[in-house]
Amino acid sequence: MNGGDILSLITVFVLSAFVGFEVIAKVPSTLHTPLMSGTNAIHGVVLVGAMLVLGTASGTAQMALGFVAVVLATLNVVGGFVVTDRMLEMFKVRKPAKVSAESASAVAPSTEGGPK
Amino acid sequence: MSLGTGIRLADLIAAICFILALRGLTGPKTARYGNLLGAGGMALAVAITFATNGLTHFLLIVGAMLIGAVIAVPAARLVKMTAMPQMVAAFNGVGGGAAALIALSTFLRAPAGSLAVYQVVEVLLGVVIGCVSFSGSCIAFAKLQEIMTGRAITYPGQQVWNGIVGVAILGLGVTVCVSSFNWLVAIVLVLALAFGVAFVLPVGGADVPVLISLLNSFTGLAVAASGFVLHSVVLVVAGTLVGASGTLLTQMMSRAMGRSLPNILFSAFGSVITATGGAEGDTTRSVRSASAEDVAILLAYANKVIIVPGYGLAVAQAQHTIRELADLLESRGVEVIYAIHPVAGRMPGHMNVLLAEANVPYEQLKEMDEANPEFQSADVALVVGANDVVNPAAKNNPDSPIYGMPILAVDEARNIVFMKRSMRPGFAGIDNELLFDPKTTMLFGDAKDSLTKVVAAVKAL
Repeated sequence: MNGGDILSLITVFVLSAFVGFEVIAKVPSTLHTPLMSGTNAIHGVVLVGAMLVLGTASGTAQMALGFVAVVLATLNVVGGFVVTDRMLEMFKVRKPAKVSAESASAVAPSTEGGPK
Repeated sequence: MSLGTGIRLADLIAAICFILALRGLTGPKTARYGNLLGAGGMALAVAITFATNGLTHFLLIVGAMLIGAVIAVPAARLVKMTAMPQMVAAFNGVGGGAAALIALSTFLRAPAGSLAVYQVVEVLLGVVIGCVSFSGSCIAFAKLQEIMTGRAITYPGQQVWNGIVGVAILGLGVTVCVSSFNWLVAIVLVLALAFGVAFVLPVGGADVPVLISLLNSFTGLAVAASGFVLHSVVLVVAGTLVGASGTLLTQMMSRAMGRSLPNILFSAFGSVITATGGAEGDTTRSVRSASAEDVAILLAYANKVIIVPGYGLAVAQAQHTIRELADLLESRGVEVIYAIHPVAGRMPGHMNVLLAEANVPYEQLKEMDEANPEFQSADVALVVGANDVVNPAAKNNPDSPIYGMPILAVDEARNIVFMKRSMRPGFAGIDNELLFDPKTTMLFGDAKDSLTKVVAAVKAL
């Protein structure tokens, strides 16, 4: 918990802001939505804070507050990563034999793609 | 190596993972790997937290995490691809809520007057930004889920009221800092929640996803603030990374729509234009509508077909059917490509996800800049459930509200087929001249029904 004094935290804050701007300087629009979802998952790190709050709580009210915070933060982090992963399935290297999960509108079984 | 050093080292590794994850997410080849790396860093950061000195209530913590996971995994797995945007809004909102609760609880447990001014500022920032993000995301979710109207909601003096609430939050915050009226924090909290709602109400239609991206970066900042409160470096790093990159991403998204961010937030786009669009006499102008068989012939004997998918395709869940049609045409030797407008679907990149779900080969998806030169040599442009993104008014009518928005050059194709449910205008609520163009053929009906009919007709040829 000892991250150092306020000034070193501010240093970390400023440097992180620069890194955040630089690291995504060029993104194809195809990836805007997955990137948004991915960053959404990363701020799920708030779970660490929620754990600290609940883990040091005393008294029912504080514990309830911490408990709710942990539940909410877990929703954020788990949901965030799973949703992002689903979005990114499109970049998976496709195996020819892969059959689509949705069989409702079954596509012709040959999924090799391209004209025969 | 002491336990404390170990934890800080693990936090450093997690922070590096997050940065590399963000970088990975900016390229199609590395995106999945990036997301997994982020999840790995997160797992490490969470696991090491259990080793924190003086941490108790392990069972409660694990129990709460289990509850969260049991809700989140099925929700994220089962949600329809079309409902992704509101899912992101929901997960973003709860993150903001958690950040606000952390700041609040730290404030409540400190004995009155024991906090330095800068500490109170940290708490207030966490509470205010977290609450705005939470309530704002709730409204965004409700709009996209169609629990409430998706259109912009405006009332007289809206910006003035929002300004007053903002100033009130600021004033009360300063009062809390310099006095010991700690109960004022409760009022700040309520006002911040109200501000989040008021902030989102005037944003409507296609602009909501951009707003979600903005709220996403707000949550990042709220998390950073709660990191300051708890002196947690990993929270500050990750929160700030998201705050900064999210802001940049929001700008990129609004640029892809040819609009500025203030314009999206304050101009109440969706509502104003409905008043002027449609209605007047347009029903008397002739449009050429055709049967599925006509369209099938047009497509089957073309050399090159460009498919322009829009939100209507997603709503009708027709992505698998369009794939079937494309396969059928390709087997007849027709060249088929998909032209994807940056904001096709409901968010930038949304349409790619939907088509990938239907196993459309990635190479067939062309982004706008790549696709536009192709239209000149295309025999047919097949527009399925899209409207505004192909409206030439964006190019040649300076009075149009969408003037300046980059569009797909569908009008350059030799033939245009529109699959639409009706003559109703799109999200932006403006008429599309292209629908009345002599080379345009309309096929009215639900996108999936129409496509299924066309597929059957092509098979029968």
